[in-house]
Amino acid sequence: MSKPRLDDATGVETVGHEWDGIEELNNPLPRWWLWSFYACIVFAIGYCVAYPAIPLLNTSTKGMLGWSSRGDLAKEMTAEGLRTASLRAELDKASIEQIAADPRLRRAAIDGGHAAFKVNCVQCHGNGAAGSAGYPNLNDDDWLWGGDVATIHQTLVDGVRQPGDDATRMSQMPAFGRDGILTAAQVQDVVSHVRVIAGEEKPSASAQRGAAIFEANCAVCHGAGGEGSRAVGAPKLADAIWLYGGDRKTLTQTITNARYGVMPAWGSRLDPVTVKMLATYVHSLGGGEEAPAPVPDIAAAAK
Amino acid sequence: MESALSRSGLWLVGLLIAILACAAAVDSGFAIHMGIVGLACVIGLIVTLRGVDLSKAILAPDQGRYDDDPIRWGVIATVFWGMAGFTVGLLIAMQLALPMLNLGLEWTSFGRLRPLHTSAVIFAFGGNALIATSFYVVQRTCRARLAFPGLARFVFWGYQLFIVLAATGYLLGITQGKEYAEPEWYVDLWLTIVWVAYLAVFVGTIVKRTEPHIYVANWFYLSFIITVAMLHIVNNLNWPVSFVGSRSYPVFAGVQGALVQWWYGHNAVGFFLTAGFLAMMYYFVPKQAERPIFSYRLSIIHFWALIFLYIWAGPHHLHYTALPDWAQTLGMVFSVMLWMPSWGGMINGLMTLNGAWDKVRTDPIIRMMVMALAFYGMSTFEGPMMSIKSVNSLSHYTDWTIGHVHSGALGWNGMITFASVYYLVPRLWARPRLYSLRMVNWHFWLATVGIVFYASSMWVAGITQGLMWREYGADGYLVNSFVETVAALKPMFFLRAFGGLLYLTGAVVMTVNVWRTILGHQRTEAPMRDATFDPAKDRPIVAAAA
Repeated sequence: MSKPRLDDATGVETVGHEWDGIEELNNPLPRWWLWSFYACIVFAIGYCVAYPAIPLLNTSTKGMLGWSSRGDLAKEMTAEGLRTASLRAELDKASIEQIAADPRLRRAAIDGGHAAFKVNCVQCHGNGAAGSAGYPNLNDDDWLWGGDVATIHQTLVDGVRQPGDDATRMSQMPAFGRDGILTAAQVQDVVSHVRVIAGEEKPSASAQRGAAIFEANCAVCHGAGGEGSRAVGAPKLADAIWLYGGDRKTLTQTITNARYGVMPAWGSRLDPVTVKMLATYVHSLGGGEEAPAPVPDIAAAAK
Repeated sequence: MESALSRSGLWLVGLLIAILACAAAVDSGFAIHMGIVGLACVIGLIVTLRGVDLSKAILAPDQGRYDDDPIRWGVIATVFWGMAGFTVGLLIAMQLALPMLNLGLEWTSFGRLRPLHTSAVIFAFGGNALIATSFYVVQRTCRARLAFPGLARFVFWGYQLFIVLAATGYLLGITQGKEYAEPEWYVDLWLTIVWVAYLAVFVGTIVKRTEPHIYVANWFYLSFIITVAMLHIVNNLNWPVSFVGSRSYPVFAGVQGALVQWWYGHNAVGFFLTAGFLAMMYYFVPKQAERPIFSYRLSIIHFWALIFLYIWAGPHHLHYTALPDWAQTLGMVFSVMLWMPSWGGMINGLMTLNGAWDKVRTDPIIRMMVMALAFYGMSTFEGPMMSIKSVNSLSHYTDWTIGHVHSGALGWNGMITFASVYYLVPRLWARPRLYSLRMVNWHFWLATVGIVFYASSMWVAGITQGLMWREYGADGYLVNSFVETVAALKPMFFLRAFGGLLYLTGAVVMTVNVWRTILGHQRTEAPMRDATFDPAKDRPIVAAAA
């Protein structure tokens, strides 16, 4: 404990305490500091008067401005809902084909679909809809289940291989190797054949043996020439586009254990207008096809 | 002799319990942790048995000297854990820029290394610095030896065991999922025991003091120790699934749980990283500057204002969530009122240099302290600003928050700790000076430039991110997908990692400097500053003969 003394460098008196050589000056609180502190307190009180602040038994004070975060959100959502209500009503009423035929509705649906795609679809199909291993590229015209706008719409609504949805896209490739339908050597022959028709390698004895096995086991779904079938979502094999990969290892895996790609049934997750927008958007990406000509009446043709 | 025997008995009991718990464990993580506890008991047992030294037992420690052994260990632990924490920080910064560095292994994935980094720097580096400096400061400013010297040693080693259990737990995937409170129930219980012992040593020493008054640094240390104990216990009220397993469920659920978590999380910043480190500032700045504290009155007012206001500010972490509006309002206004009380510490630190400002030019340790206070002031302005709801709606969940935390952690906590370590090492090991003052200068500039890279890249990243998330097109739809916002940040992630690399490099320079100082080496180097002297000009002018 020392006595208060004047500090030489600043001319300020010390308080008279001393710990391990540390003394303290008796400077007052800086005025600007004190007034800034008061200003913050005044702001805090004012803010508490204006906004919900004081908890009561079952609720809280509402604040003079009557603001609440839920009210704020409801107001913004209502305003946005009103702004787009007429357009959404039109999209809701129109069939997917009518939307495709009307340039104004089509434009609006593509914009909405683009935004919904970024939230719901990019996780699997990629930001530019270019897909990745197991998830088809949506920019090209190689469609698994069909590429006209009504077919895309149905694929979206009911999903792919979704249990509990009666209209879902359904098919199941046999696990040729795992279930003992083909031997390992036969699987290798089929791999060679598939790679030959895809133009990935030159014809070989193995590929020739594979052709016969393909004819007996695979052609029913993938077509005799590997052209694929949209009725069962069997990919076209006679091109360089691969869903899971066209190297020997991946093909061996695919033929041995089969694949079972799935997509959610968006009809049960999103509202109908958004699903229509998504279908229109995906159709617009570059590979969209015209609606097929009406199926001729088979009974009439037989006469 | 008798005490050594009874202590060996305690170690054996501990070992036995650990072996039983390990054998009965319901999950492998708990078994591994009990193995680590058992190993710690074996080490304790061996040290106890080998250390039976009669001459030492007879010779009581010199009561005329301060009890500095645990402080020496603590300084070494601070430097060691700092290096570990900064290195992991650099690694995870690189992982964000280059995801392949996750290595495809669960143990090295970002999700497990991130809590390892945060706990290593806050609790291992910062915690050891706080424990070591508090033991140093409380003895000097109370003019008394540590109360309960055995307990002080238990605090140090018990805290290291806590760190090892927490760190290995993160890598094994043992976590409560609460930010900055990840360790599971049994590690929490252990820390509670260690912390109560810490409180006993600290308060006991204050009670023993021979000075009439309690110095301001000790108020801050005491508020830090007491509040952290309260926060830790309340936020970790969990019920274990099994008493021999590593899983537990929290007592608080839903929005109550979130509020308790952020009441804890924010006050971990307030009382661990602010009050505790202000205590360091209040001792080491006046000692290094050899000047009196600027204002006793300011220290009282800002201390009480700080600790009263801080405890209510937590809800600002939950703006625009399920938390009721009134709680969000209070979280915000208490944060705004906190601005000036926080700045009181900066003013008292900086203005203590009145009459010694020239030392900023000549003493790199003072320069470090000034930079620490400058970053403290910047972060404690930025924090209240970010708590304002309209600012928060942009900054929340973005990298701006990460930048804010690091300007505080690297700038304030890191710099003031480095300065304190440089102050302590020559004194604790009785060396005439540091190995090299020029290396301190290098450390200062590497760290400062590193922080500037870190903070500015994260500001740009955070504001970019916030603006991209909320961007709507004219048609009323969101413009960006999440992954587009991530891709936009990639250059900023590299700049941040570069800043981290500079900061880590500075810490390596410090490690070498501290190591060589402890070994007693002194680098022969030119002094930092010297007035010029030219002997050729040091002569009178003689008129030449005409």
